[in-house]
Amino acid sequence: MTQLYSSVKPTPMLKDELDIVIPTIRNLDFLEMWRPFFEQYHLIIVQDGDPSKAIKIPEGFDYELYNRDDINRILGPKASCISFKDSACRCFGYMVSKKKYIYTIDDDCFVAKDPSGKDINALEQHIKNLLSPSTPHFFNTLYDPYRDGADFVRGYPFSMREGAITAVSHGLWLNIPDYDAPTQLVKPLERNSRKFDLSLRQPILYVDAVMTIPKGTLFPMCGMNLAFDRELIGPAMYFGLMGDGQPIGRYDDMWAGWCVKVICDHMGWGVKTGLPYIWHSKASNPFVNLKKEYNGIFWQEEAIPFFQSVTLPEECTSVQQCYLELAKLVKEKLGKVDPYFNKLATGMVTWIEAWEELNSAEGTEAKAPNGKSE
Amino acid sequence: MSSAEINKNEVDIVIGALNADLTQFLTSWRPFFSGFHLIVVKDPELKEELNIPEGFDVDVYSKTDMEKVVGASNSTMFSGYSCRYFGYLVSKKKYIVSIDDDCVPAKDPKGFLVDAVSQHVFNLENPATPLFFNTLYDPYCEGADFVRGYPFSLRSGVPCAASCGLWLNLADLDAPTQALKTEQRNTSYVDAVMTVPAKAMLPISGINIAFNRELVGPAMVPALRIAGEGKVRWETLEDVWCGMCLKHISDHLGYGVKTGMPYVWRNERGDAVESLRKKWEGMKLMEKSVPFFDSLKLPETALKVEDCVIELAKAVKEQLGSDDPAFTQAADAMVKWVQLWNSVNSSG
Repeated sequence: MTQLYSSVKPTPMLKDELDIVIPTIRNLDFLEMWRPFFEQYHLIIVQDGDPSKAIKIPEGFDYELYNRDDINRILGPKASCISFKDSACRCFGYMVSKKKYIYTIDDDCFVAKDPSGKDINALEQHIKNLLSPSTPHFFNTLYDPYRDGADFVRGYPFSMREGAITAVSHGLWLNIPDYDAPTQLVKPLERNSRKFDLSLRQPILYVDAVMTIPKGTLFPMCGMNLAFDRELIGPAMYFGLMGDGQPIGRYDDMWAGWCVKVICDHMGWGVKTGLPYIWHSKASNPFVNLKKEYNGIFWQEEAIPFFQSVTLPEECTSVQQCYLELAKLVKEKLGKVDPYFNKLATGMVTWIEAWEELNSAEGTEAKAPNGKSE
Repeated sequence: MSSAEINKNEVDIVIGALNADLTQFLTSWRPFFSGFHLIVVKDPELKEELNIPEGFDVDVYSKTDMEKVVGASNSTMFSGYSCRYFGYLVSKKKYIVSIDDDCVPAKDPKGFLVDAVSQHVFNLENPATPLFFNTLYDPYCEGADFVRGYPFSLRSGVPCAASCGLWLNLADLDAPTQALKTEQRNTSYVDAVMTVPAKAMLPISGINIAFNRELVGPAMVPALRIAGEGKVRWETLEDVWCGMCLKHISDHLGYGVKTGMPYVWRNERGDAVESLRKKWEGMKLMEKSVPFFDSLKLPETALKVEDCVIELAKAVKEQLGSDDPAFTQAADAMVKWVQLWNSVNSSG
């Protein structure tokens, strides 16, 4: 590609109501490609790994940066709930944000092109998804009925056509798909493409749809290209205990996704999946991944029936209450699978305590970040 | 996935003829229907002779044939769009593909005609995944797979009971929607097949559908007739009701229902505004049906499809019968359908 990014700047929407949260351990060069789409938004960078390392951020972006020292300083002993040496640390960014919406993206994700060759403004599509209703109670066979050119099909009950509020917008990836380690090992060359279109010089498996995941159905939520209504569901977006000192990795977003979906189902909110696509460039090492995922592969067989059968009591009317109830049940039901789940349940409770602390009126003062743009 | 890979002996293509002249329809589908056995069922209320072009392996059933098989009193069950169900009844094949007679093959974004028959059979022959949503849609499609976080124990999937296709040009919208948006045409080609999750309800359209007859044939019930049911889709709900029953029974028995490709190109017929003038009964019936299906639990002892239909019919009569006579009639029709199914398929 001779042109790295579009020269046409799109109209920003919600620029004062949305934060972009990016975990990183290396550099943020990828932001250069996203500049036309991101530069009007405020960024929250969560720097993982060695806090003494300086992360270079391209000029012109408005950001706050938090490293491990900041996390420890701001949360004190509660910092134990935030993972180290794992991108799960990004959820700290959700906690310190003051905005209504969050968009989170990995630092190896770039702007993708749609089948016509046009750059995809992923953020704009996420915003569209979040600002339009979801349809979790009845599946529409023409997918998102609120998109231009779409509608509800014959037989769709009229009483349900106002839809539900959308809490989460889960985007997808072209090029390197989000496969687990065993699948990566078996299919090393597979790109998310059914055919390679030479005229566009880009593999395509572009599914032009957004849809709501029905109530009562769980899904694997990937944190690479994800947006959500922080005011609604933020407290449930805890990415768990992963990485350094933990027996598991690469299940942070999965765990958050199961908790989030159960709570959204309980609260009557919708979760959408599909567009937008981003271009995922980096295939991580499948052998390293296998080591991280190993326990998760077995534990998910226990965790999923747990989440599928959990019912939250009617008295849980706030997300925090739902989440604390879930933590209790995790300890009760999954603690016997492995002591890790007891630790995780404790982490979940600590997370909520920290969330409440930081998001109360007094909590705002305490959290000046280490790095800020001028 | 070409038609050469499909065992054509396992498939019947069932066409309900609401129009007498099937020349354009069958000619346009010839590339994809040839080699298959066709069952054409004529709407018993259609007076004209059917016009069917040469070169097809086809059996045609009319009112007389129906009455021979099911008796004169039962042939009313198969009038209008429901005529196709007679074809399901008398078929001896494993898979049925059924397309409305106002649809022709669609073109994909590359300009190639879509082989809807092959795509339907491919969908039916591959497992469905109703118990956990795969964010890359059908994991059995070429170039796709299960994503990270998809439980391994669920990756073999379950049998696929039905494949619900979609429509370009005139989508299957209801009369109020189409009347409001007279110019709206569906131009969006979504390159995906997916399984509709267990417990999720959906409106299944009969316009472009395929199913595993051996697995769920008795659940394909021609039951719900709305008052003033007409000869355009805007004036019917039989397929939507059938679909609600089918999905519920599939969920209960652990089968899957897929939706998405293939697309067909649906032509203009009828006038949405005209249909809207008739008091649209369907809306009321759907509103009553949804909470019923949502809370319905079939008994654990119902392990065969026929038993599920009977139990479902009982529940419809008990819980919905007093709401509208259409439901009582539907319940009776469902029971009758199972009786006919058993008698036709045992003597077969």
